Amino acid sequence: MGLLSTGALVSGCNGSQSALNPYGAPAIHLENLIIGIVALSAMIWLLVMVMLVLALRRGRGAETEGRTSEGRLTMTVSAAVAVTVAIIAGMTIASFFTTRSIGVPQSAAVTITVRAQQWWWQVIYAGSDGTPTFQTANEIHIPVGQDIRLQLESADVVHSFWVPSLAGKQDLVPGRSNDLLLRAEKPGIYRGQCAEFCGLQHSHMAVMVVAEAPSDYARWITSQRADAMMPADPDAASGQAAFLAKPCAACHTVRGTQATGTTGPDLTHIGSRQTIAAGLLETTRGSLAAWIADPQTLKPGNNMPMVPLTSIELQNISAYMESLK
Amino acid sequence: MRAVADREGVRDTGMEAVELDRRLAATWSTPPGLWGALSTVDHKIIGRRYIVTAFVFLALGGVLALLMRLQLAQPEARFVGPDRYNQIFTMHGSNMMFLFAVPVMQAMAIYLVPLMVGTRNIAFPRLNAFSYWMYLAGGLLLWIAFAVDTGPDVGWFAYVPLSGPQYAAGKRADIWAQMITFTEVSALAIAVEIVVTVFKQRAPGMSLDRIPLFVWSMLVTSFLVILAMPAIMIASTSLILDRLVGTHFFNPAEGGDVLLWQHLFWFFGHPEVYIIFLPAVGMVSSIVATFTQRPVFGYLAMVMALIATGVLAFGLWVHHMFVAGLPRLGESFFTASSMAIAVPAGLQIFCWLATIWAGRPIFKTPFLFVIGFIVVFVIGGLTGVMVASVPFDTQVHDTYFVVAHFHYVLVGGAVFPLLGAVYYWFPKLTGRMMSETLGRWSFGLIFSGFNLTFFPMHILGLQGMPRRIYTYQPEMPWSGLNMFISLSGIVLAAGFLLFFIDAIRSARSGPVAPANPWGASTLEWATSSPPPSYNFARLPVIERLEPLSDRSDPLGIVEGLYTDRRELLITGVVEARAQARESSVGSSIWPLLAALATSAMLIWSIFTPWAVVWGSIPIAVALIGWFWPKGDPEDET
Amino acid sequence: MKHDVVLDVTELPAHGLGTASLSWWGTLAFMLIEGTGFVLSIVIYLYLMSVAPRWPLDTAPPDLLAGTTLTVVLLVSLIPNVFVTRWARSQDLRKVRMGLIVMSLVGVLPLILRVFEFPAMHIKWDQNAYGSIVWVMLGLHTTHILTDLGETVVLTSLMFTRHGDNARRFGDVADNAMYWNFVVLTWLPMYVCLYWVPRL
Repeated sequence: MGLLSTGALVSGCNGSQSALNPYGAPAIHLENLIIGIVALSAMIWLLVMVMLVLALRRGRGAETEGRTSEGRLTMTVSAAVAVTVAIIAGMTIASFFTTRSIGVPQSAAVTITVRAQQWWWQVIYAGSDGTPTFQTANEIHIPVGQDIRLQLESADVVHSFWVPSLAGKQDLVPGRSNDLLLRAEKPGIYRGQCAEFCGLQHSHMAVMVVAEAPSDYARWITSQRADAMMPADPDAASGQAAFLAKPCAACHTVRGTQATGTTGPDLTHIGSRQTIAAGLLETTRGSLAAWIADPQTLKPGNNMPMVPLTSIELQNISAYMESLK
Repeated sequence: MRAVADREGVRDTGMEAVELDRRLAATWSTPPGLWGALSTVDHKIIGRRYIVTAFVFLALGGVLALLMRLQLAQPEARFVGPDRYNQIFTMHGSNMMFLFAVPVMQAMAIYLVPLMVGTRNIAFPRLNAFSYWMYLAGGLLLWIAFAVDTGPDVGWFAYVPLSGPQYAAGKRADIWAQMITFTEVSALAIAVEIVVTVFKQRAPGMSLDRIPLFVWSMLVTSFLVILAMPAIMIASTSLILDRLVGTHFFNPAEGGDVLLWQHLFWFFGHPEVYIIFLPAVGMVSSIVATFTQRPVFGYLAMVMALIATGVLAFGLWVHHMFVAGLPRLGESFFTASSMAIAVPAGLQIFCWLATIWAGRPIFKTPFLFVIGFIVVFVIGGLTGVMVASVPFDTQVHDTYFVVAHFHYVLVGGAVFPLLGAVYYWFPKLTGRMMSETLGRWSFGLIFSGFNLTFFPMHILGLQGMPRRIYTYQPEMPWSGLNMFISLSGIVLAAGFLLFFIDAIRSARSGPVAPANPWGASTLEWATSSPPPSYNFARLPVIERLEPLSDRSDPLGIVEGLYTDRRELLITGVVEARAQARESSVGSSIWPLLAALATSAMLIWSIFTPWAVVWGSIPIAVALIGWFWPKGDPEDET
Repeated sequence: MKHDVVLDVTELPAHGLGTASLSWWGTLAFMLIEGTGFVLSIVIYLYLMSVAPRWPLDTAPPDLLAGTTLTVVLLVSLIPNVFVTRWARSQDLRKVRMGLIVMSLVGVLPLILRVFEFPAMHIKWDQNAYGSIVWVMLGLHTTHILTDLGETVVLTSLMFTRHGDNARRFGDVADNAMYWNFVVLTWLPMYVCLYWVPRL
């Protein structure tokens, strides 16, 4: 995992979140379309500005010159309208073909369900042929070079899934299910965030897409399917005991323990994730402690309450969380 | 010759000018004092009131924008928390759309349309008074709620379920929904008045092809209001019902649908853009004609473009929902229709360019704002074509690119012409001129401040910055541009401040304006600045599109109207042949009382559905008082 | 400024009738606004139907008796309404008074029938989206019957005062009659939508 992160840093696209920095086929198609239309539009604008300046200058000193006849003006204006129609038709056709090229193909290799909630992303990898379903949060791993179908749902209000370096956005609408083609051409970590206003912490609802070589991806899948590791060091072991005794377990699941709450993110492998609290903080023991100690200051209004803990308990629970690789 | 007095009163036939003015003033003037102010039905007084109120809301909305820029200047800033920030951006949008942009355009029409068509008051003057009071009450409701921390926080679009009973506890979303009712009632009332004024009260001879372009634009706008606003009223009513009495329109668990809200909202919301933009188009045409010293090129094409825009406006709403997951084929249709609206928009731009080309431009402040409008609006139109493309939109929807786009369209396309229009019509509104020097400075500051503020937002959007976030993390590459934008916002604000200073100063002590200071050719300039309470001592008869263009050929006039009661002329819809003399009602306190009763019912109904039952009784009383004949000469004859 | 008198309006009537009357156009404009509202309510009904797995949702189609009777009553009410319009045009005060009394009584009948229509839907507004839209449609239309009835009653009493015999009052009566036609005609598509679409 550490190796992968270093690799991503080297590839120069760690946390890339820009439509102008595409690393997946759909985003590349979109960037081409964007650049084409913007360039054409810039030319049109310049042309209109030239006409405006000429018209203003001409009129200023044109007291004696012969006036342009209405007939010639009519012809010029008609020609300009005709050109407008042609350009618009061209742009419509270009966007039609781009739409086709970013559609979700029948042959998508993997389907991952993303269920947005205020204000985090629940990610569900369905099991098949006896392999169990598992969940993670705010982090989606995909194999590079493959078409991935995301099935997008919402548990509460409308959200929008947007990882601009990989694909355009798609809303997650309660009561409906949408899908989106995701594809990364290069390994790396691609950042995205919710794009539809969804309440108090709309600003802090990021998601990381980790694209990795198929072999790394397979390894990741295997490790995520496994239940949580039993804590080896004594701090983490006391942390687990405290976690299970406190209200934490009522909202969170740690597979392999009695913690089976489903309100909050599944924490079975939280230590393996890049960030906590939907991209708010990097996952370190310190940030975990800070978050658990006072989630309402770091992300005001989020649904995690402050659970009163002694400083020892806080340390231990943080150690336990960090150990859940 | 002596004035003709008959059994019913005194007619103006052959009356001396001084005598005529005295008699008409006695008949038409609003009585002085508080009672007169509260009961007036003079379209000019109400129009001015509306304009001033709308500009107050503009200033308040601007302050909100500055607060947002303060918060966003730096990453993870803590000037404004998420709860207040959400209220602020919701207030900014709702205030600017419902309390500033639409009302200010309609307000200009209330003042100008009766003058431009040559009549003495707007149709349904009491409805006009009622409309203003409703608007004021709606604005006060929204702002007072905000002041006591109950401002809506669900966005100006109030998407369900975030605004629904489950996720928006308290009364904040109800305040939003009911504010909609207030402003839509007032907007619909004005729309009806404008339509009927333009259809039936035009000066004799002002056939359809002699209607000034501003009046055409207001006519089309009024039809857009009439057809679009019922959608938002139904939507906001359904939302209140979902919240208050447990209906399930938007609840997917019980057969409702979340996207139904979005369809209804945008079926109104997109025409709303043209409700704001088309009046501005009319203002631009008026200013261009006057300051190039020739009629606007392509009158018929301009009218057709207005109508085409109005029709197409109803076929575009889905382009606000391109990423909501609708069928792709349908979306492609809406791409085509959204792009198609660029054709009438382009046509109008070309016609203005042709007018400037063939004319002799005079570079006064109103014209500077029109030049600024062309520069800025063309960018907004082109980015509009971009977001009309489904695939393009998937990358920029709900990002700062869209924030940039619609500010280019709404500020560039509507506020620039509006400011130009204020400089242009200020003498007609107040009888005084604004300062040309300050005007140039404020134009310069607003134009440069605007572009410096909003152009970088296009880039931020493409760089992945979503809208409606109260902060962003330091590791995102956005902080530099955001700081730049916030600083530029100060320049823009300074420009507006200068404009307000100029307007207030000039209204008090600007140079006194003659009747037609710009040498313009439409009817409102045929009467004094500001016009007398009766607008025209003698109603004009129109023989050409630009009645004042030829000074050697004076206006024809009408004779035979009564002077001792409020009388105006009804003409045919197409040819504007005179059909009847008609009474116009006088001052009345009942519109204010009706507005108070309606406001009480609407606000009460946020708390209990029974308010609709009990609250209707005072409304009924007020309406009966309003319409019950009082035996005045206007009714008796 | 010098003016030429080119039009003498002394002989024109002091009040426009029919399409020469402002209030006629105003009524038309308000009918357009409310008509748009009615159309939208039908569109919402059909939209909800299109997203529902079955229709009507979790209940039987409405009983026909009350709604159909009401439709017939409304249609029959057009007959006296036509007469009122005619009498108003000919400014016949006595007949207009009589006609308005009839119309006031006729306006009460649909309200009584409407009371039976709500239960005939077999659903409450807060049970599901189907219940919500049928109640709102019925409510919307009832509001229109109520307001028009109110206006008719006020006009009736007005016609018995000294203000009654006035061209403007007759114009108001004609506009009010036109509005009643609107209330009746808009009910027809709503009736089809509420009672027959669920039986398709």
